[in-house]
Amino acid sequence: MNKLTSLISGAILLFIYLLVQLLERQGILLAYHVQILSLCCINIILVVSLNLINGFTGQFSIGHAGFFAIGAYASAYLTVTWQVPFIFAIICGGILAGIAGLAVGLPALRLRGDYLAIATLGFGEIIRVIILNTDAVGGARGFSGIPKYTTFGLAYLTAIITVVVIRNFVNSDYGRACLAVREDEIAAESLGVNSTYFKVLAFTIGAFFAGAAGTLFSHYLQYMAPTPSQIGFVKSIDILIMLVLGGLGSITGSVIAAIVLTVIPELLRGFAEYRMIIYPILLILVMLYRPSGLLAGQEFSLASLAQLFKGAKAHGNHS
Amino acid sequence: MTKSIPLEGDAMAWHIIALQQLINGLALGSVYALIALGYTMVYGIIRLINFAHGDIYMLGAYFGFYAITMLKLPLVPAMIVSMAAAAVVGVLLERIAYKPLRNSSRIAVLITAIGASLLLQSTAQLVFGASFKPFPQAMAFRRIQLGPVFMTNRQLLIFGVAVLLMVILHVIVQYTKLGKAMRAVSMDKEAALLMGINVDRIISATFAIGSALAAAAGILVGMYYNRIDPYMGMMPGLKAFVAAVLGGIGVVPGAVLGGLLMGVAENMVVTLGSSTLRDAVAFAILIVVLLFRPNGLLGKKGIEKV
Amino acid sequence: MATTAELMVDNLCVQFGGLKAVDQVCFSLKPQTLAGLIGPNGAGKTTVFNALTGLCPVSSGQISFCEKQLTNEPPHTIARHGIARTFQNIRLFNNLTVLDNLRIAYHQNRQYSLLCGIFRSPRFKREEAQITAKAREALDLVGLADKSEHIAGSLPYGEQRRVEIARALMLSPKLLLLDEPAAGMNPQETQTLLELIRKLRDELKITVLLIEHDMKLVMNLCEELFVLDYGHLIAKGDPKSIQSNERVVEAYLGGSWA
Repeated sequence: MNKLTSLISGAILLFIYLLVQLLERQGILLAYHVQILSLCCINIILVVSLNLINGFTGQFSIGHAGFFAIGAYASAYLTVTWQVPFIFAIICGGILAGIAGLAVGLPALRLRGDYLAIATLGFGEIIRVIILNTDAVGGARGFSGIPKYTTFGLAYLTAIITVVVIRNFVNSDYGRACLAVREDEIAAESLGVNSTYFKVLAFTIGAFFAGAAGTLFSHYLQYMAPTPSQIGFVKSIDILIMLVLGGLGSITGSVIAAIVLTVIPELLRGFAEYRMIIYPILLILVMLYRPSGLLAGQEFSLASLAQLFKGAKAHGNHS
Repeated sequence: MTKSIPLEGDAMAWHIIALQQLINGLALGSVYALIALGYTMVYGIIRLINFAHGDIYMLGAYFGFYAITMLKLPLVPAMIVSMAAAAVVGVLLERIAYKPLRNSSRIAVLITAIGASLLLQSTAQLVFGASFKPFPQAMAFRRIQLGPVFMTNRQLLIFGVAVLLMVILHVIVQYTKLGKAMRAVSMDKEAALLMGINVDRIISATFAIGSALAAAAGILVGMYYNRIDPYMGMMPGLKAFVAAVLGGIGVVPGAVLGGLLMGVAENMVVTLGSSTLRDAVAFAILIVVLLFRPNGLLGKKGIEKV
Repeated sequence: MATTAELMVDNLCVQFGGLKAVDQVCFSLKPQTLAGLIGPNGAGKTTVFNALTGLCPVSSGQISFCEKQLTNEPPHTIARHGIARTFQNIRLFNNLTVLDNLRIAYHQNRQYSLLCGIFRSPRFKREEAQITAKAREALDLVGLADKSEHIAGSLPYGEQRRVEIARALMLSPKLLLLDEPAAGMNPQETQTLLELIRKLRDELKITVLLIEHDMKLVMNLCEELFVLDYGHLIAKGDPKSIQSNERVVEAYLGGSWA
C-alpha cells in the first residue's frame, strides 16, 4: 500500500468512527446498537487472529476460545483485584494468552491435520475446566462484577490494529514463510523455512490477539460464565464458522463474516431456534460448493478498487 | 493389599470398592466402546472424524423412545428398529454431506461434520422438544449379588448387548466378504476400487454399522439414566472419540479397549471425589495420548513418502 | 583432501525397517562438476537426495559439504549451507504466484525483523524491493520473466519445472540437486534445459547433481556419473566408461540377457 491509499483508508476509518459517535449522540443509534458494533469488533479480532493460524499457516486449530478465555479471565482478575489500568489489562491479557499459545503450539505442532485439531480442541476444553475449578475467578458461578471499560472506540481501534498488524505480517517475508508452510511444508523446509518456528509463531500471535479480544469482551459483558458456549468448544466452533464462511486466507472475508454473523443473530433474535438450523445448513452448503469459504484468498484493497473503476493497471500487491 | 475401613454398619474393604467401581466403570466403558467403534470404523475407512456421530447416538435413543412408547414394541424389537433407523440416517448423512467432499481438504470435511452435528441437534430440539424425556422402564430394576459386589440388571443388559454386538461385528469384519472389503478399502481405497469393490457401498455399510452400534448405545444409556434430551450426544460423543484415539483410531479392537479404559478412568475420578473434573478426564487423557503416543495404544505408525 | 564446496558422502546407509534402501554408498563430488545419479527405478536415487537434504533419516554413514557435517541435520539447516533441490513430483506452492514462490526462497537471507515488517519501516521496503528484483532475475534466467504474476499451479508442466529450478536458485546454492528435471519434456525443452544447467555451472559456479532417466541428456551433459542399483553404488566414472560397464548394462537390462 502506498502513502496515498494509506491516507485514504485512514480517513475512511476515522470517518466511520466519527459517524458512529455522531449517530449515537443524535439518538439515531441506541446504546444497544453501539454495543452490537463493539461486539462486531471483538469478533473481527477473533476471526482475523484465527485466520492467521488456520487460513494463512494452514494449521488446524479449533481451540481458539481457550486463548480468548485466558485473556478474558486474566484481565478481569487484574482489573477487579488490582484496579489495573485497562490498556495494561488488554496487553496483559494478550500476552498471557500468547504464552498459552506458545505452550499449546510447541507440543501440539508435532501433530498433523485431524490430530492437531483434536489436540487444540482438547486444550481449549482443559483451559475451560481449569477456569471452572478456579475459585479465584468465580469457579462454576462465573466471574461477575467486571467493570465496563470497553468502549466502542477502544474495540474499534483494537480491531483496526489487529487487522493492520496481521495484514502487514502476511505481506512480509514472515507471512510468506507461513504461506509456504501451508502450501507444502516439505518444500518450505527445503527452502530454508523452519516450519515449526513459523507454526508456533502464528499460534502465538493468533493467541495474543484472541486474548486481547477476550479482555475487551469480559469488560463489555461484565460477567463471564465458564460454559462451552462462552469459552469452550462451542465458542471455538462459532469463531471457526465465521472464519470458514468468510474465507480462509482472506482478511477481508473474515471482517465481513464477523460483522454479518454478529449482526444477523441479533436481527433474528425472535427466530433463535431457526437460526440454529439455518446456520448449519448454510455452513454445509458453503462447504459443498466453495470449501475454502466465500472470499478465500481474495483481499479487498483500494488499489484493486481503483483498477475496477479506472480500468488501468494498478500496482497491485496482492499475495 | 487389604485395608479395612470400618464404616457404620458394613465393613467395606478397599478392594471391594475398587472391584465395584471397576464393574461400574466397565459398564460405562462398554457404552463408550460401542460409540467409539463407529468413530474408528469411519476414520479407518475415509479418514474422517465424524463429529455428528454423537448425535446419531442421541437419535438412536429417541428412535428407541418412540418405538417403545408409540409403537408399543418390547425392548429388543425396539432396539432393532432404532438401530435400523439410525443406520439409515448415517447412510443419508454420508451420501449428502460427506461423499461430495471426498476429495476436498480435511478442514472442509471437518467443518461439514460439525455443521451436520449442529443441524441434527437443532432439528432434534425442534422436533422432539428441548426438555428431558423420561425413558420408559422396559425392565424392573433389580440388583444381582455376585459375591461381595453387585450388579444391576441394567448393567448386565449393557454388558450383554455390548458384548453381543461386538462379537457380531467381529464376525462380520473377520469372516464375511463385506468385512474383507471393508478392511481392503481402509487399507487402500484405490486398490480396492481396482479390485472391483464397490467402494461407495462399503463406505455406506460402514456408516450404517457404526450408526447402528451408536443407536444401541443410546438406548442402553437412555434406559440406564431414565432420560434423554437432544444434547445428550455431545459429551459422550466427544469422550467416545477420545476413547477411539486412546485405543488407536482406525483400529477396531482399539476402540473397545479405549472405551473400557475411558469408562473405568472416568468412574475412578468421580469416585475419588471430584465430579466437576469428570469431563476433564477425557481431555486430559486426550492430551497425554496425543503428546506421547498419538497413534494410540494399538495403533501403528505411518511413514510419509517424499 | 577436502576442498571447499565439495560434497563427501561416506558409507551412507538408509534403512526403512528391514529394507536397506541405500547401502554403503560412497562418493565425492568436486566443485562445479556436472554429475548424474542414475540407475533403474527403485535403486534408491531419490532416497540419497532425501538423505542429503535432511528429508529422511540416515541410519549410518556421514554426509559433509564444504567441510561441514550435515548428516541428519534438519532440512532448513541444510538449505542454509548451500544445498538446494527440486523434487521428482514438482512441489511448487500451487496457490501462490510464481513471484511469491521465488520470494519465499529468499527467506534465509532476510535481514529485517518482525517489527520492521509490521511497521513497514524503510528497511523493510528496501529489502522487499531487493527480494523482488532478485526473484525477477532468477525468472529471467529460466526464461519465465513474463509469468511472474501467474498462479504457480496454473502453469504447464514444463514451465512449473523451470519455476522450481528458479526457486532453488534463489537460495544462492553451491550445490543443486535436480530430481528428474527433464521428466515429461520433449527433445527441444530438454535441450533448453541442458543449456540452462550448463549456464548455471559456467556462470553461477554451481555444482549440479541430477537424477535422470533421459540417457541422451545424461550422456551429453554429465561429466561424471554414479550408478545405483538396489541401493548399492555399482559404478562411477565418466559417461563413456559407464556406458561400456558390464555391471551397469546388467542392472538396467535385468541380467537375464547375459
